[in-house]
Amino acid sequence: MTLLKGASAAEASPKPRPLDASSSREFIRIREVGKLFGGRGPVVTALQDINLDIALGEFVAVVGPSGCGKSTLLRILAGLIPTNSGTVWFGDRKLEGPRHDIGVVFQSPVLFPWRTVLDNVLIPIDVQKLDRKKYLSRARDLINLVGLSEFEQRYPAELSGGMQQRVGIVRALVHDPAMLLMDEPFGALDAMTREHMNVELQRLWMAQSKTILFITHSISEAVFLADRVVVMTPRPGRIAEVLDIDLPRERTLDMMTTPPFGEYVRRIRAHFGTAGVMD
Amino acid sequence: MPDLSSLDTPKNRILSILLLCLVLAIWQASPVLFKIPAFILPSASAVAIGLWRGLTSGLYLYHGAVTLFEVLAGFALGGSLGLALGVAVALNRRFAYFIYPYIIMFQSMPKVALAPLFVLWFGLGVTSKIVTAALVAFFPMMINTISGLTSADKDRIDLILSLGGSERQVFTMLRFPSALPFIMAGLEISMALSLIGTVVTEFLGADAGLGMLMQSMNFMMDVAGSFSILIVLAVVGLVLNHALVMIRHRVLFWERLGRVDSGAAADTSIAEPTAPQADSALPAQQK
Ligand SMILES: Nc1ncnc2c1ncn2[C@@H]1O[C@H](COP(=O)(O)OP(=O)(O)OP(=O)(O)O)[C@@H](O)[C@H]1O
Ligand SMILES: [Mg+2]
Repeated sequence: MTLLKGASAAEASPKPRPLDASSSREFIRIREVGKLFGGRGPVVTALQDINLDIALGEFVAVVGPSGCGKSTLLRILAGLIPTNSGTVWFGDRKLEGPRHDIGVVFQSPVLFPWRTVLDNVLIPIDVQKLDRKKYLSRARDLINLVGLSEFEQRYPAELSGGMQQRVGIVRALVHDPAMLLMDEPFGALDAMTREHMNVELQRLWMAQSKTILFITHSISEAVFLADRVVVMTPRPGRIAEVLDIDLPRERTLDMMTTPPFGEYVRRIRAHFGTAGVMD
Repeated sequence: MPDLSSLDTPKNRILSILLLCLVLAIWQASPVLFKIPAFILPSASAVAIGLWRGLTSGLYLYHGAVTLFEVLAGFALGGSLGLALGVAVALNRRFAYFIYPYIIMFQSMPKVALAPLFVLWFGLGVTSKIVTAALVAFFPMMINTISGLTSADKDRIDLILSLGGSERQVFTMLRFPSALPFIMAGLEISMALSLIGTVVTEFLGADAGLGMLMQSMNFMMDVAGSFSILIVLAVVGLVLNHALVMIRHRVLFWERLGRVDSGAAADTSIAEPTAPQADSALPAQQK
């Protein structure tokens, strides 16, 4: 495993961007995707006419108020639920169920309390029946990368919430997936830990050059992290705007107080009308 | 039980022993103090003498061994059947659909009420006791197994499935370990009920066992003897329960590691021995 070479935290190399923009845009193509939830009671249009392309190595954030279908979109991309209409393409293959090259991070850490930190990180290896010995050093490197080396043999109950979430994130990376799907991974953390985790995630992404779809309630978090921000509105869940964020990398927390940053935040917030919908 | 370990200081231990002495003293004096005749409430010393005689003569040992054998055999039989059927119900929805009406019917029936029939069918030997104990041990095990296996956290299931895992892997990696707290609680309930079932059946008719011994002492108005057997039964129950608690601490080692894991509200909250929520799938288990 070579991809951790430059990842000794201090000198994260800038991530290699694909040169050919037209073809790279096509790593993931979401076409006319719609999703209904029904059964008994009224039918809910969770997603309608969703069109989105995601490039290889791109960091895309999705923001929108509660119930606009963000998690539904993520669960579709993870292959956990089918669509009612439309298609999702991964490269030139239709998405038809869970894939082996995706890592999912949930809002809660979703650790197994009877497994140590290391064994939790190795869950993807166990599930996919890969050779544990081959991935052991990679797992250790990843745990080290988020500063948890000393806790390798501890159990989740012995970790703080932020530490648990970090375990959940590096677990999603251990089988070297092409893509990370993250559903409000920092939603349960306090503001300070959250900012710290944002910086750490950016670093991790720059070192690992993964494609990331990152769902959040927080507009500033989305602007801070993403190359592009997808703004969604509810009932029915649709994409209202896709915004390119032209802020230089590596981004710092100080940047959040600069005028361009504030402008992006204002522009996204405008979609949600009166104050108090989000953040 | 609330956590009382912080109160376990040397001073409190001494107070606790003094309290015991006080209780024993009041008990000893009660025939005189409250004018209670000895054939209703024997004095503490009479009970102690009865206990001593029974233990040294080997009488309690023999009958205790018979009772213990019946309890353990019934517990093992009913417990393992309950576990097996619980797994089957949790895994196979079709099977669950057809068997649930019977489960609910039996569940609401006081199962020890079948003991007289079992004595009639299987006689005065150990069989009728084992069958009763197995029957009462069966239900809590089955119901706790079902609730446990269906308790697995949804996000954890999704995690395994999102990695391309199979239902089988979900079972072995997640459902079964998630069910262990429920299963351990079920074992403790089943053990307690097995003891009750065994003793009640011995009351009804037996050629050996502590229940039968107690019944015959009652007929001979040997109330002190009856009390001493009650003490023996309490000790047997305590030892059996303690053994299971030790096993539970071993098996569920992660439950004693500190704070509750945020993603696991359902399966970390049932550390208590007789976890009532483990019964929630069906009406509460009664003896
Ligand atoms: N399994 C389901 N069955 C029925 N309705 C569902 C289901 N999952 C989601 N929905 C509905 O679909 C809509 C979108 O839900 P979704 O969870 O995707 O929203 P969300 O944007 O992730 O919200 P939040 O920010 O609160 O997590 C909601 O109206 C929800 O009620
Ligand atoms: Mg959601």
